[in-house]
Amino acid sequence: MKYVDEFRDPEKARTLLKEINELVEKIDICKKRPLAIMEVCGGHTHSIFRYGIEGMLPKEIELVHGPGCPVCVLPMGRVDDCVALAEQPNMIFTTFGDAMRVPGSKKSLLQAKADGADVRMVYSPLDALDLARDNRDKEVVFFGLGFETTMPSTALTVLRAQADGIKNFSLFCNHITIIPTVKAILDSPDMKIDGFLGPGHVSMVIGTKPYEFIANHYKRPLVVAGFEPLDVLHSVWMVLKQIDEGRSEIENQYVRIVPDEGNDEALNAVSKVFELREFFEWRGLGSIDHSGVRMREEYADFDAERKFSVPNIKIADPKSCQCGEVLKGVIKPFECKVFGKACTPEMPLGALMVSSEGACAAYYQFGDPDRLRELEEV
Amino acid sequence: MNKHSNITNNQSPRPRGKIRVDKVNLAHGGGGKAMRDLIDDVFVSEFDNALLASLEDQARFKMKDLAIHGDQLALTTDSYVVDPLFFPGGNIGKLAVCGTVNDLAVGGANPLYLTCSMIIEEGVEIDLLRSIARSMALEAETAGVQIVTGDTKVVNKGCCDKLFINTAGVGVIRTGLNLSASSAEPGDVVIVNGLLGDHGATILAARDDMALSTVIESDCASLNGLIGGVLDNCETIKFIRDATRGGIASVLNEIAEASGVSIEIEEEKTPIRSDVKGFCEILGLDPLYLANEGKVVIVVPQEDASKVISTLQSNPLGKSAAIIGTVGDWDKGRVTMKTKFGGRRIVDMLVGEQLPRIC
Repeated sequence: MKYVDEFRDPEKARTLLKEINELVEKIDICKKRPLAIMEVCGGHTHSIFRYGIEGMLPKEIELVHGPGCPVCVLPMGRVDDCVALAEQPNMIFTTFGDAMRVPGSKKSLLQAKADGADVRMVYSPLDALDLARDNRDKEVVFFGLGFETTMPSTALTVLRAQADGIKNFSLFCNHITIIPTVKAILDSPDMKIDGFLGPGHVSMVIGTKPYEFIANHYKRPLVVAGFEPLDVLHSVWMVLKQIDEGRSEIENQYVRIVPDEGNDEALNAVSKVFELREFFEWRGLGSIDHSGVRMREEYADFDAERKFSVPNIKIADPKSCQCGEVLKGVIKPFECKVFGKACTPEMPLGALMVSSEGACAAYYQFGDPDRLRELEEV
Repeated sequence: MNKHSNITNNQSPRPRGKIRVDKVNLAHGGGGKAMRDLIDDVFVSEFDNALLASLEDQARFKMKDLAIHGDQLALTTDSYVVDPLFFPGGNIGKLAVCGTVNDLAVGGANPLYLTCSMIIEEGVEIDLLRSIARSMALEAETAGVQIVTGDTKVVNKGCCDKLFINTAGVGVIRTGLNLSASSAEPGDVVIVNGLLGDHGATILAARDDMALSTVIESDCASLNGLIGGVLDNCETIKFIRDATRGGIASVLNEIAEASGVSIEIEEEKTPIRSDVKGFCEILGLDPLYLANEGKVVIVVPQEDASKVISTLQSNPLGKSAAIIGTVGDWDKGRVTMKTKFGGRRIVDMLVGEQLPRIC
């Protein structure tokens, strides 16, 4: 496959791994403890497991799977709100597929659908808008979630709905923003991250400048990374190179997609429609200031939270769940008490078990890299 | 022409009914003349065999006719609810024959007779039913089976999606054969008869909501000839299973679990056409979990692998056959894949439906 195989070339991987091993030999930290590199984005987590990248890396590098899976960090209460909206009469509730199975306190959207709610999976918010056009006698709500990657398409859909006067369309906005969350992790007392792989597609929208405080204030290197396996290896190499040379900078490995200044048009649409919330609740991480957005007053007619009575339910994470510690890299997924027992992909207790981008589901489905490394030696 | 015609009754045949409307209505399931016209005009005339034409409540076979094929009866059933009804490479009717034929064949049975139950939503066009019945008849002929009894129900609009078909099948297993998922042992290899994921990708692409056009066609085919040939040539085959829903990944997990072995496949050797790979890239799907309707997994001792491969490759339905993996004893019940990139990952059972990723 053209433009894909080039980024999955095993020869180039071997060359990079050789250089990574040489750097690890030189870095002092690696002699005392594993070097922790967090990939912020769930897309990276998926690539790492899908291609078996962690098991290819030397044991001295530990990849910590960060909070960048929007489905995973969705608190249970928000899912309950979705179910409550979906179960209103005369409602078509639309969502991306990933969110269907996320457990609420009573049920998931998939279960709500089985109970009779009209829940439909869409591939784009514009599909939801089309549904609204075709079903004028019904209310169509789109469940907007995701980081800055998906925010522009939702914002543009709202602008389109307004321009076309489609009054039966509204957005249940659960968009979140990555920077405050990375900051919360860096401020956490049990933080032990030595460097970051920055999210590629979020950066395509916001550019690389918003990360500068990580290098300047927290003295940690961050490399904005692509999602193909060679991108990931290359970015790990770039982080190691910085550590070896005593630098902490924001670098961009994903130059073919990410302009340093971001995408103005997308950012304009986002700031036109959305404003920061004072705080937003994250599963496993608690409430984080300014980490979510809501719709501006001007778009109230298209805001499901204002248009319908959303119960705004607050549900504490299950006590036995250690999603937060996994998200911060304090424990590995299988060190959680309920991993693979009370919490499995069939019956997820914690959200990290739900999406293939969640660290726990990835460990469960694709295997513990340490254990897989042993297989190499068999 | 029909070797079973000796067991039908000798009464002179009544004139066949003729249907005179364009669409199925509730009367066609009512048990009266309208139903008989539909059955006669569409199903009996297309399926065309004496066992069916006698229209008894059951098809009757002589035990001695069955016994010439082997010493164990095999019975299977499957329901077909595919949406859309017609897709590149086939339709629900062809699928309903192939699927049940294959379910018999993978157990080492020679498929002989099928049943056909139709649950039809009122309003379905007679021409559509007829073309589906014609596909069934053609595929039955290809597979060398007869559709010998059936049932027709018509339900109110909205009570089913256009058409559901159930087919059950009877076959006879050759004497001495006992293929089993629990018989894989370290040292065996895993073989597939061709390119994986075509059917699943075709169906997904054919759904309107996907807005993706592809040139992929369903691999839907009856494999009894292919499987029979392999069993003729290699007596050491331990297990055969068709990799339908849940794809190859599910079958491999079933074998690993039932046999208490590990299985490792190699991405590099796993045959998947580049269109299917591209389709999966765009939607974030894994081709190992995509359904097939003309692909089987075969487990055989290493030393007989080349014999199986050459037999498969001599048949058009097996021309891309390949050894994709080996059976080991690393972690009982585990399936792993060595990635082309050089890493390794676990290939687990699919949980729920494969959902596209959002970002």
